[in-house]
Amino acid sequence: MILYAFRRLLESVVVLFAMSLVVFLSVYAIGNPVDILVSPQADAQEIERAIRGLGLDRPLWEQYAVFLRQAAAGDLGHSFAFNVPAIGLILERMPATLELAGAAMLVAVGLGIPLGLWAGLRPESASAKAIMAGSILGFSLPTFWVGLVLVMVFSVWLGWLPASGRGPTTDLLGVPVSFLSREGLRHLLLPAATLALFKLSLLARLTRAGTREALAQDYVKFARAKGLATRRVVGVHVLKNILVPIVTVIGLELGSVIAFAIVTETIFAWPGMGKLLIDAIGVLDRPVIVAYLLVTVTLFVLINLVVDLAYSALDPRVRLAEARA
Amino acid sequence: MTVATLRVENLRTHFFTRHGVVKAVDGVSFEVRAGRILGLVGESGSGKSVTGFSILGLVDPPGRIVDGRILLEGRDLRALDAEGLRALRGDRVAMVFQDPMMTLNPVLTIGTQLAETVRAHRRVSRAAARDEARAALARVGIASPDARLAAYPHQFSGGMRQRVAIAIALINRPALVIADEPTTALDVTIQGQILAEMQSLVRASGAALVWITHDLAVVAGLADEVAVMYAGRIVERGPVDAVLDRPLHPYTRGLVDSVPSRRARGEPLRQIPGMAPSPAALPAGCAFRSRCDRASAACLAEPGATLTRDGREVRCFHPLEAP
Repeated sequence: MILYAFRRLLESVVVLFAMSLVVFLSVYAIGNPVDILVSPQADAQEIERAIRGLGLDRPLWEQYAVFLRQAAAGDLGHSFAFNVPAIGLILERMPATLELAGAAMLVAVGLGIPLGLWAGLRPESASAKAIMAGSILGFSLPTFWVGLVLVMVFSVWLGWLPASGRGPTTDLLGVPVSFLSREGLRHLLLPAATLALFKLSLLARLTRAGTREALAQDYVKFARAKGLATRRVVGVHVLKNILVPIVTVIGLELGSVIAFAIVTETIFAWPGMGKLLIDAIGVLDRPVIVAYLLVTVTLFVLINLVVDLAYSALDPRVRLAEARA
Repeated sequence: MTVATLRVENLRTHFFTRHGVVKAVDGVSFEVRAGRILGLVGESGSGKSVTGFSILGLVDPPGRIVDGRILLEGRDLRALDAEGLRALRGDRVAMVFQDPMMTLNPVLTIGTQLAETVRAHRRVSRAAARDEARAALARVGIASPDARLAAYPHQFSGGMRQRVAIAIALINRPALVIADEPTTALDVTIQGQILAEMQSLVRASGAALVWITHDLAVVAGLADEVAVMYAGRIVERGPVDAVLDRPLHPYTRGLVDSVPSRRARGEPLRQIPGMAPSPAALPAGCAFRSRCDRASAACLAEPGATLTRDGREVRCFHPLEAP
């Protein structure tokens, strides 16, 4: 177990290292941030000073070496644009994104799995067919369009929910969150629903397919032959068997929701990391881009680790020793 | 005279598919008494498994029991609602399935799967259910049952898993056990052990046993009575020795002849010509007539049941001996 955790840790360090190198090179290839950061009226001397100040006068490999040395000490550099620590900027925006992603996944799991179970248990019923048809829409419609339509309907026409922003936040253990106040929840609802729709549809379809497959298995028939109530047959015998693929998808999707909430955050002016990244790319603010990607990759690695641990908890045939092979 | 543990009268279970009605079970009658073993024999698709599932009320759509009565200890199961049937399943009537690799849930411990069967029918504490589970494992000959309760099915061999499934079936001391080819998927040596144990467990508890199989050798060694099914009907029924030694129905004769025996070494095995008819398109009259060398114009009508002097029943216009 300890060996397993250590091995996973080592793997993630390698991934982080490779990722930072790729980002460094690609941002370098895109262009010179000084052209954007320094005002057009600046003279050659000022530009020279700016380049020197940001350390851009040195060769790329040296810049990278400096970055690595500082990163090893926990310093991911200062933002070119704001001249504050890049990691600080990201951590400041992270709670908003995590809250949005968490709310979206909660909606997706809380609705998707029950809907999928229902559709799987009664595949011929009209409600099941409606769920399946709706889910096709759910994952075919582009997120930005869904977001805009929701804003149109619920904010513009009905006037029930606010169209943008995060609303007032409440401090929970020093972290600002929206979901504790009524007004905050109202702000959270539309962006979370927009972000959840795709995952909800995916989970409903996955759960339905798994349920139908499990229902045809002998162990379900045997469970019924034992006289178990339907609630126990479905809630324990079926559900526990189909959870492995569902948990995999939840893990993958949670990572992608956090990393790619950018579109939704832009539509609803949600002050999260995605918005920050877009702005940073606009001015080629390399330290912020690199720091953002490092944080995202770390989150992915953590989520995958949790998913792997969940496997072995859910399915006794999966042992961590095998996962190592 | 006591009431038979199971009495099936004129059972008809049909499947309503897009391609027409499949008469999987079409007018089956038999009975089993407490402590007795009935072998239900037939080829694949003869309707023997569907008969078993019909008794448990576990026929899935598009299948449906369309006619007949199933009396378990005098109670008509077809008159019961879903909850009434559920309460009987696993308690008064239990079933053992064919493939032990598939019947146990792979993600639940053996102990859970045993104990939930107890708690589905009786209000007992978790600890008490676990004690019963331990005792049930010990009864079917599993060593160190205490440690085994926490194990998962994949940690057991096929034979051991079938023992566990048998322990689950017998844990509530049912009056009737339906065994659907439980030894077919096992090694011959394990098969023998399971057969002997099943026999003694049933005898000890006084339960009635319906043993569904295609293997006449198993029936010969195990059952008291045998019912031979063909195309959804029982064509011959009676005490096992009489039926196997002196079959009356040409189909039974064909089945007996196609078993390899040591006496007939070197001689080619006799086969039944042709194939079993598709249950979706059964011919009118005797379903066996197209494969039968004794068939005549009379066989275009459906043969009724004829009772013989020695208590057998046969459905044939041209039995091999005068009944």
